[in-house]
Order: sequence, then C-alpha cells, then structure tokens
Amino acid sequence: MSSMISPWHKLHLDGPLLAGLLLLASVSLLVLYSAGGQDMQLLWRQLLRFGLAFGLMFVLAQIPPHRYQQAAPLLFGVGLILLIAVLLFGDTAKGAQRWLQIGGLRFQPSEIMKLAVPLMVAWYLGSRPLPPNLSRALVVLALIAVPTALIAKQPDMGTAVLVASAGMFVLLLSGLRWRVIGGAALLATAAIPLVWRVMHDYQRQRLLTFLDPEKDPLGAGYHILQSTIAIGSGGVFGKGWLNGTQSYLDFIPERTTDFIFAVYGEEFGLIGAVLLLALFLFVIVRGLIIAYSAQNNFNRLIAGGLILSFFTYILINIGMVTGLVPVVGVPLPLISYGGTSLVTLMASFGILMSIHTHRRREHS
Amino acid sequence: MDRRITAKDHLRDPVRETRLLRRRMVIALAFTVLLVLVVLGRLVYLQVINHERYITLSKNNQISIVSLPPARGLIYDRNGVLLAQNVPSFGLEVIPEQVQDMSAMLAALQGVINITDADLKRFQRLRSQKRYSKGVQLRQHLSEEELARFAVNRPRFPGVDITAGMVRYYPHAELAAHALGYVARISEDDLAQLDPINYSGSTHIGKTGVEKTYEDVLHGTVGFEQVETNAQGRLLRVLQRTPSQTGDTLHLNLDIQLQSVAAAALGQQRGAVVALDPANGAVLALVSQPAYDPNLFVNGIDSKDYNALNHSPDKPLYNRALRGQYPPGSTIKPFIGLGGLELGVITEQQNTFCPGWFSLKGHQHRYRDWNPKGHGTVDLERAIVESCDVYFYTLADILGITRLHSFLSPFGFGQKTGIDIGGELPGLLPSAQWKRRARQQPWYPGETVITGIGQGYMLTTPLQLAVASATLAMRGTHSTPRIVAEIHDAATGHVTLPETPGSTAVPVKDGRNWDSVIAAMTQVVHGPRGTARAIGIKSPYTIAGKTGTAQVFGIKQGEKYVQKDIDLRLRDHALFIAFAPAEHPRIAVAVLVENGGHGGSVAAPIARKVMDQYLLGKPPAEPVDTGSIDPDLNE
Repeated sequence: MSSMISPWHKLHLDGPLLAGLLLLASVSLLVLYSAGGQDMQLLWRQLLRFGLAFGLMFVLAQIPPHRYQQAAPLLFGVGLILLIAVLLFGDTAKGAQRWLQIGGLRFQPSEIMKLAVPLMVAWYLGSRPLPPNLSRALVVLALIAVPTALIAKQPDMGTAVLVASAGMFVLLLSGLRWRVIGGAALLATAAIPLVWRVMHDYQRQRLLTFLDPEKDPLGAGYHILQSTIAIGSGGVFGKGWLNGTQSYLDFIPERTTDFIFAVYGEEFGLIGAVLLLALFLFVIVRGLIIAYSAQNNFNRLIAGGLILSFFTYILINIGMVTGLVPVVGVPLPLISYGGTSLVTLMASFGILMSIHTHRRREHS
Repeated sequence: MDRRITAKDHLRDPVRETRLLRRRMVIALAFTVLLVLVVLGRLVYLQVINHERYITLSKNNQISIVSLPPARGLIYDRNGVLLAQNVPSFGLEVIPEQVQDMSAMLAALQGVINITDADLKRFQRLRSQKRYSKGVQLRQHLSEEELARFAVNRPRFPGVDITAGMVRYYPHAELAAHALGYVARISEDDLAQLDPINYSGSTHIGKTGVEKTYEDVLHGTVGFEQVETNAQGRLLRVLQRTPSQTGDTLHLNLDIQLQSVAAAALGQQRGAVVALDPANGAVLALVSQPAYDPNLFVNGIDSKDYNALNHSPDKPLYNRALRGQYPPGSTIKPFIGLGGLELGVITEQQNTFCPGWFSLKGHQHRYRDWNPKGHGTVDLERAIVESCDVYFYTLADILGITRLHSFLSPFGFGQKTGIDIGGELPGLLPSAQWKRRARQQPWYPGETVITGIGQGYMLTTPLQLAVASATLAMRGTHSTPRIVAEIHDAATGHVTLPETPGSTAVPVKDGRNWDSVIAAMTQVVHGPRGTARAIGIKSPYTIAGKTGTAQVFGIKQGEKYVQKDIDLRLRDHALFIAFAPAEHPRIAVAVLVENGGHGGSVAAPIARKVMDQYLLGKPPAEPVDTGSIDPDLNE
C-alpha cells in the first residue's frame, strides 16, 4: 500500500480528503442557492471564495510540515501582538471588537489563532517527551489561556471556545494522563460559578435562553425555536429543495450563515442530514488516519488537533441549530456562506495534506 | 526539576510514544462517533418523534387566520336620509414583535410620514392593552401623499403595515348626536362582555344611543381568511376565504329635517324637544341642545376636546331629553283636571273662586296664584286655558296625593319610558310611601297642594312629557317610544321590527272626560285668553297644548318674581306640551327651554315650528309672533 503512490501525491494532495471537501463545497452551493433566495450573485461570490480557499490549501500543502513546526512560535507571537492590537485599535462590528484593518486588508486576528494555538502547543509538546508531565501541561494551559482570554475579551465567545479547544485537543492527544484530565475536569466544574460572574449579560441571556427557549419565543429564544421548527418539520424526507417554508418565509434567522443547517434539515430531512453527517465523518476519519499515519509527534499532534477542531465546529454549529448547545456564532464549516472561517479551515486542510504527502518512504 | 526531565529525555521511547498517540487517536475517533450519534439522536427526536408537532408549528408560522371585520350597518332616517355611514380610511399598524428597535423605527418613520405626539401617546397606550390582533395602530387617516411615500419606503420598515379600513362617519354631526350616539374604540371593559370571535377583527363598538342599543344587529358577522404570511407578517397569498356579513341597516322613525327645524328653533338656548307620533310612539325628533359632534369620539377624542365638552357649563354631553329631570309646572294641569273628572271630584261646569291665593284649612300660609289679582270664578276649561293655580291647588287638595299618584302613573310619570336608547332617568312621581322610604318623613298636605301645579317633588323628563301628551292625544292609549322603525337585513333585504312592549290603556271610563280636557287644551292655543294663543294665530290646523313654567328657585312669601333681577341660570324653565291636529293627532311634542322664562312665549313657538314642519312640510311662513300677548308672569 505504501508503495502505491497516487498521482495526487505528486501534487501533495490527498485524494480522499480532497474528494470529501469538494463534495461538501458542492452541498454548500446547493443549499446556498435555496437559502439565499436563488440569488446567483451570492452563489458566484461563494464559488470565488471556494476557489481562493482551495488555492490556499493547495499552496500550503506544498510546504513541508517541518516548516510549520519552525514557524509555529513566530506565528503564535505575531498572532498575540495582533490580538492585543485589536483590543487597542480594532474596529467594532455588532458590538464586538474583532476586526483589524491593515492597509486595504480587514481581517480577524482571532482566526489566525485557530491555527497558531494548536501549532504552538504541538511545537512545544512535539519536541519533548510524551506524555507531558504536570508542569509542561501547565505551560500548555498558559499558552492556550492567554490568546483565549484576549479573544474572549473582544468579546467573541465562539472563537475563544474554538481556539481553546484546538489547543486542548493537542494536549489531550499528547497522552496527558487520565487522572490529570479528571482532576482538571473537576476543577473546571468548580469554576462554573466564577465564569458565570465574568460573563456579559447577553452571554448569560443566551445561556438561559438555551436552557428554556420557549420561555421567550419571540425574543431571545426565537432563533432556536424557529430553527428547531424548521428541522423538525422537515421530517424524514424533507420538504424538498427550494421548498422550505420556514426558510422562504424568513422565519430562519441568519439562514445563509450560522443557521444554514436549519435550511438543509428542513429541505432534505433526516436522510439528507444523515448523508451530510456521514460526509463530515468521512473527512474526519480521513483526517484521523492522516494523524495516525504521521511520522513524528509534531505532525501527529497538529494533524489530530486540526481535524478534531473541524469536528468541534460541526458539533457546535449543528448542536446550536438543533438546540443542543447555546447559541454561539459559529458557522457550519464549508457549508455556511462567508470567507473568513473558510480560509482558516482550508489552510488547516492544507497542513493536513502537507503532513500526509511529505512522508518519507517507509521501507519495511 | 529540569535535570530530571533532561534525564527522562534520554530515555525517550519513540515506539511507546507513537503507540500512546495512536491510542489517543482511536479514542478521539470513538468520541467523535459517539457525539455524531448524539447529534443523530437529536435529529431523530426532532424530525421523527416530534415531527407532527413541528409540522404544525411550521404551518402556524406559514398560515395565519385573518379576521375580516364586517362593515357596520348603515342608519337612515324615516325619509331615507343617511345618518351614519362608513368611509374608507387608511392607517398604519405596527406589529411590535417584528420591530427590532422600536424607537429607532419610529424615528425613521417620522421622516416619511407625520406622526404627532398624540399619535405616539395613543400608540403606547394601545400597545400596553394589546388585544387579539397582533397589530397596534400608529396612525390613522393617512393622506394620499403619505400613503404613496410610505409605500415606497415600506421595505425599510418590517413589521409596519398599511391598514385599510372603514371608519364610522356621521354626516349630520351634532344634529342627531343625542339620539344616534356614536361608536368608539373597544375598551378593556367592553372586551370582557363581547363575543371574542365575532369581534376579533373589529375595532369599534357602539357606545351610546342607537349605535349602542342596536349594536348586535349593526355589527354584522365576522369573516375569516386563511393567508400565507412571512416572518415579517407580510401577506403572500390568500388560501381560503369566508366573507364577512354586513350589519343590518336601520331605518329610524327620526326625521332629520324635523330634527334640524327643532334644533334651529331652540337656537342657542339650552333645552330639549321631543316629537312623537302618538299613534305608535315613533320618535320623530329628539333634540337636546347644546349637542356635540359624535365624529370626535369615533377615533378617540383627544383630552383637550373632551375636557372642553365635559367641563362646559352648558353640558353638551348631557342628554336633556332623556336625563334632564324638571318639575313639569303647569303642563301637569290637564292630567290632574282629567283625574278630577274621572274620579268624580269635579264636574266640567263646577266653579271655583280664585282670589289670587289658596290656603289650607286651619293654616295661614298662602299659596299664591301666578296672577296676584286672581282669576275670579273659574271652571275647569278656564282653569286650564288661563292656567289658574288656585283651581288646581284646590283640586289637588281634594284628590290627595295617593289618588294623584295612582291616576298619573299610567301616563308614565315617575317611570322610565322604555325608549330604545340607554341612559334615561325615571323622573319622580311623589307619594306618601315614596317620601317615607326616601326621606324618612311623613307627607304634608301642603306638598299635595303644590303637586297640583307641577311643583314640589315631582320631576319629569322632556321625553316623559312627550309620551304623556301623546297618551292624552290618543285618549289613553300609551305607546312605548321607539327611535328605530325597521331593521333591514343588508343581504336579503328581510325586514324585522324592533321589539316593543305594545301599548297599554289609561283607565278612564267616561270618554267625555277626554273631550273636556282636550277642548280646554285647544282653547289654550286658539282661545282669546289662552296662554299660548300667539302660536294659534293663522294655524291651518288645531293645536291642543299646555304651557308651563318650572321654578328653579323658590321665592319667599310676599316677594315678587322679577325676571330681570334673577341670575340667568336661576330663571324659570319654560315648558310646553302639545299635539295636533287636535281632532286626529299625528304629532305630539314636548318642549323644554332651560331658564327660558315663560312657556307660552318661549317654548310654545318652538313647538309650532316643529308641528308646521311635520304637518305642512314647511316651517311657519312668518316668525311666530310672541309679542302680542301680555307676559303671563307665573302661569
């Protein structure tokens, strides 16, 4: 098997992963056509974004993984500086400071951290013996906590959670002992009241609404209620493409972005949802295989951390739309309309492909 | 510590580490699959187990039931003149749930259409007392220009909609206000009593007058429309429709022309005119002056206008015809005279000497006649024609309060007439029993004496006087007054008559007694000494009438009532009751002019104008001369 080199490998692309991603992009365009009210302009814009993002993935796949290892501390440092800059000079949009304008470019430094944090943690742990002892684990926690806190302060809870979890996945994959994990979990549970106190009012409200959405059906609970109605009314077979009444009659909020899964669930039903989940699972399993077959600890850790982050995005988004987790602004990876998170996501798939296609030939 | 780590570094076992990491990846995969299964479970819960519930919720989102309020029934007068109609009106409605930032939206909207502070205040009030329908009215009576401007800007205002509706309009404004009443916005109190389904689309309800009494037939039946709406509440298409049924049309007995003549005859004076068809109790005119414009109330009167109406010393909101309770004064005399004849206490020819005063046996107190010189020897006819007080003091004293009470009762005194509009007061027909109950005092004979000339405790409304004179005109047949003549079904044209208790008869055994009293009343107008002889001049038909003056304020013994010395609001009320033609009565009238002075000179000419209009189709050619007779000081 290892002697077989597919033509994709010469281009440093992983065939199965690429196929999965292209299929997801096709699904995205299909749903967006319906969710966007059959607006071809919107579709072209998203297609362009896919083109650019896949292009970036291709470029990043050409760079050998040890370069990422070398660049990790620099990327992390630059990311931190930019995060501080955001807090000092950032643009405010929708009540949160997230954007930084440099030249003509406007971007969210927190997006960089989605890659920089797991890279930094993998860099730190990858060159040291595993499993990490307590003091290294504490260093890793500090590496995660500082950018997370800066992002949470913007405030951007969704990204903070994703950045923190990306770092944590690397730490967990590194073989951190179960009793340490257990102890940390207990501590985290004990810290919940403290977290509650430092939360913003709107964040508390979101949490309360999540716990009981029907208490305020026309206020804060509206989004969750309407998206669950959309999905539930889809049934097993769905109402059919372009036939989602909840979507067409404007009942689903943010229906091309964060709540696109509600449109999908309404129009394609349980069968469609299972197929989409299977597609996602296929990409995740492929990512884990890449991590499994990686040849050094850094590569294993970063590949595993990135693919688990991808899963986390999916879980949080679908969980939110189906009312399983509180509303946090996380788009459904590869499906939602928008470019910012797509770029980060495809960059991480570029790194995965780089890891898989730059392996030394193994002669057994 | 670092040393120990370094020592361990030398012991790094790549194979063991690889195994550890790979084991963790398998665990991660297991967790991933587990969590995907949880999500799948949730989807099954939503899409399979609770599918029915969510499909219903989705349908409820998609389809709404819209009430189609019925058009309110029209109201016509007896000659087919429109008195109450519906005119189209465009307004703006806000669905608060669909407005994200209310104050920002209102501020932006003010750039497009004119919204006054009063509009905003009303909007906030309506918003706080929200009812079945989701929309809250913000503006009404949009102009064509505002309508166009909003239509262009409409996408900027989700949750704001144009409403097209019909609004009640009373083309004759204050002319028939006290009879017609008005509709106004449904209040919280109304809500508790309404049928919530039939009124689900209605905004207005009859508050007073005919509009209130006949609310059930005027309102009509609500219709429904199943419509598809989007999340902003915009109507996309109609799925099913059950049309509403227009309320019934009312044809009144009221003659708006007659009403107008009566109001004009009263002019600026405060007072009331009620004209009835004595044969059936049909209310031909019901005027209370001053009146108000009912159109002000339809869309919520503003507090400035309301205070002006409510605090005016002339009380324009006060329905004098139904609620004004006045001593009947001398207008009661024909009824008492009839009672004397019927009960055999007097005969038509029997004379009484009038020295200008009357005293009860064994008492010093002198009950004065309006004519201090006295009328000399008077029989019943002269007593009525000249309105001799002493004759009736004497008669009342002989009859006693108990017999007076039981004889006058069947004419309707002291009881509500049962007219088909609300709010009337019963007046007061006193009796010894009443005084013991209400005042815990015995009845004194002197009180009977003054009851004989319609003073003292006795109180009547102008409507009661009209009914009593109609009863007199019909020789004892008493009908309940009715403003509404016919109810026409708007769709089928089917005619129903309003409920009426039917007529009752006043127990008078000897028919000649009616002749005597009516003959005397005819002489009041047509006789050379009649107190209302001025209005009888050149009248082509015979009028039977009786003047009256009701004291507002008592004058001490020996003092003289000098009109010009009395404060305007303490002057006597002028009264006149009449019916015509005396032989075959077609109209009975009661006129009251508050603080008007003399019945003969002030109230009677008004009655003549009303009767001329009704019987001849035109008001008197020349003004009724009131200057040709001596002012009868205190008849």
